[in-house]
Amino acid sequence: MRFLLDAEQRAFAASLDALLTAADTPAVIRDWSRGDHASGRALWSRVADAGVFALAVPEAYEGLGPRPVELAAAFVELGRHAVPGPLVETVTAAVLLEGADPGTAKRLLPALASGETMATVAAEGAYALDGDAAALRISWEPGRIRLSPGHGPVRPSLDPARRLTPLLPGGDLLALTADEALTWARLATAAQALGLGLALLDRTVGYVKQRTQFGVPVGAFQAVKHRLADARIALEFARPLVFGAALTMEPCDAAAAKAAACEAAYATARTALQMHGAIGYTAEYGLSLWLTKARALRTAWGAPEECRALVVSAGDRHR
Amino acid sequence: MDLVFSPADEAFRAEVREWLRAHVPRAPLPSLETEEGFAAHRSWEAELAADRWSVVNWPSRYGGRDAGLLRWLLFEEEYWAAHAPGRVGQNGIQLLAPTLLDHGTEEQRARVLPPMASGEVIWAQAWSEPEAGSDLASLRARAVRTDGGWLLTGQKTWSSRAAFADRAFGLFRSDPDAAKPHQGLTYLMFGLRAPGVTVRPIARLDGKPAFAELFLDEVFVPDEDVIGEPGRGWRIAMSTAGNERGLMLRSPGRFLASARRLEELWRRQGRPASVRDRVADALIGARAYQLFTYAAASRLLDGESAGPESSLSKVFWSELDIAVHETALDLLGPEGEMADTDWAERYVFALAGPLYAGTNEIQRDIIAERLLGLPKGRR
Repeated sequence: MRFLLDAEQRAFAASLDALLTAADTPAVIRDWSRGDHASGRALWSRVADAGVFALAVPEAYEGLGPRPVELAAAFVELGRHAVPGPLVETVTAAVLLEGADPGTAKRLLPALASGETMATVAAEGAYALDGDAAALRISWEPGRIRLSPGHGPVRPSLDPARRLTPLLPGGDLLALTADEALTWARLATAAQALGLGLALLDRTVGYVKQRTQFGVPVGAFQAVKHRLADARIALEFARPLVFGAALTMEPCDAAAAKAAACEAAYATARTALQMHGAIGYTAEYGLSLWLTKARALRTAWGAPEECRALVVSAGDRHR
Repeated sequence: MDLVFSPADEAFRAEVREWLRAHVPRAPLPSLETEEGFAAHRSWEAELAADRWSVVNWPSRYGGRDAGLLRWLLFEEEYWAAHAPGRVGQNGIQLLAPTLLDHGTEEQRARVLPPMASGEVIWAQAWSEPEAGSDLASLRARAVRTDGGWLLTGQKTWSSRAAFADRAFGLFRSDPDAAKPHQGLTYLMFGLRAPGVTVRPIARLDGKPAFAELFLDEVFVPDEDVIGEPGRGWRIAMSTAGNERGLMLRSPGRFLASARRLEELWRRQGRPASVRDRVADALIGARAYQLFTYAAASRLLDGESAGPESSLSKVFWSELDIAVHETALDLLGPEGEMADTDWAERYVFALAGPLYAGTNEIQRDIIAERLLGLPKGRR
């Protein structure tokens, strides 16, 4: 038992972090929010070149996967930098397509692994993220996974960088079931939320060190310190759930990770907003790009209550 | 990265499980915070020790099995899952013993550890004083040099287990002229029935004498019972506090067992939807604490030392423990008010968690200043 990322995994995450730090993601996010996808697509290619999407695609389809631990490590970094686009959905689509007939999988999966194609997925009753940017759109209803012929109009999300569209009905049947896809979607979302929360905490710690009131940095006040300490605690205890789920790939573990990481990220977002005061409430200030996503990820791929229900129902199978 | 224990580790786990199946008392022992229960728990320590299960991670020459950190974690998981009795010797085992192993002499280890392992000598801690709680370095109880040792005078309080324990350990001011409060302190061990010691039990919330005040009037302590150098006690005590907050005091096994017991209770009560999320959070929290500890143990095995991260653990487990027991009492309905249930006993015990071993407010200060790098301020 050694429950730590190994040197290679840490180096992979660090290189992705460096790539994204140099990429000016706030400008990319603002472009994406306006429906201008050019800079986002360029960044997408670089993320794909780093091997991120290939981690969810088996070697038989020109991927490197399945490697859920590395994928989780990568999604922490994507979340840390609030990278826009249907990241989780492309991973989910890749897992769904593995259930399709080999010819279809062979035709569609390599382009997902290479980053040539963005994919999105609309689960039953939900919107597809960035349906206007994705070339491959999958509608996923129980027992019916279809290639959707198109998308409806974009609806605004609370997170401006998430452009939500309904998918048009009909289309070719791809597969019947996809048990594992939801686990991958939740794992990736949990990791993304964890990274988002870590970034929110970092930015807020930086802010309260330099913001002065009553003649001292506000970070010297215990009321401020303790809220930030609580955020750190919540995030540090979500982290092992995320990587534990990546190792077991049990649906209930992914659900637990999703609930804990999204709650931790959201609580950190609330704290970040409070600690920044009014400046944090503005759309112009960069913090908003992280804040709004923390809210959106809570409900994406299963709200906390849905995930908790799965955690307790897991006990039924062991009885 | 993996969560797979070796076949040898799994064989160890199986051996622990088998032993517990044969030995754990069918009916719970009386509360260890009562005289009768204290004696029963002391006998249980002897039973554990007879087959060398009381201190598995200690060196074998002191009564352990050299089992190492990972197997200690596995032992704890099995121990609490088996509903085995609370550990009346834990203050000595988890706080004093690591200090002796790091800072004591071989003579001290050989003399003190074996009777601690067998339950023959039960230890209490003597840190706090009426005017020195969170600000422990302001403590005033004195150690005055005398022929062949030291004379202790002053008052200690909130001394867990001291009502029925045999000996105690704590910090005393040996150099009142030292420049700073945390200098000039000496770490000493003393007998609770030595001449000059008065023990006044204190009733906790449920009336049981779980801790005590200690009045010391020129209590003689021989030099052989000083740990480390005189005047250097603060640093030694802080290493103990690190153990207390971190891995060693509250193993994940306890909380996994509590969370599963809560889940069973919830099922027995007809799975009420109103508390389903709280039951799930108990299971998630216990798993998170287990995995967090596995990661911490992996780092320790890589040769890293435990740092302020232990403050994260202490806040997390103490709040988790209260949440689990509050949920259980709510689930029990009218029975939840009764004081004579296991859940009530453990609830009262859990309530103290955020207070002892450094309050959770002190832990949050440590997290903010040492992990987040925020400026020091007035407490």
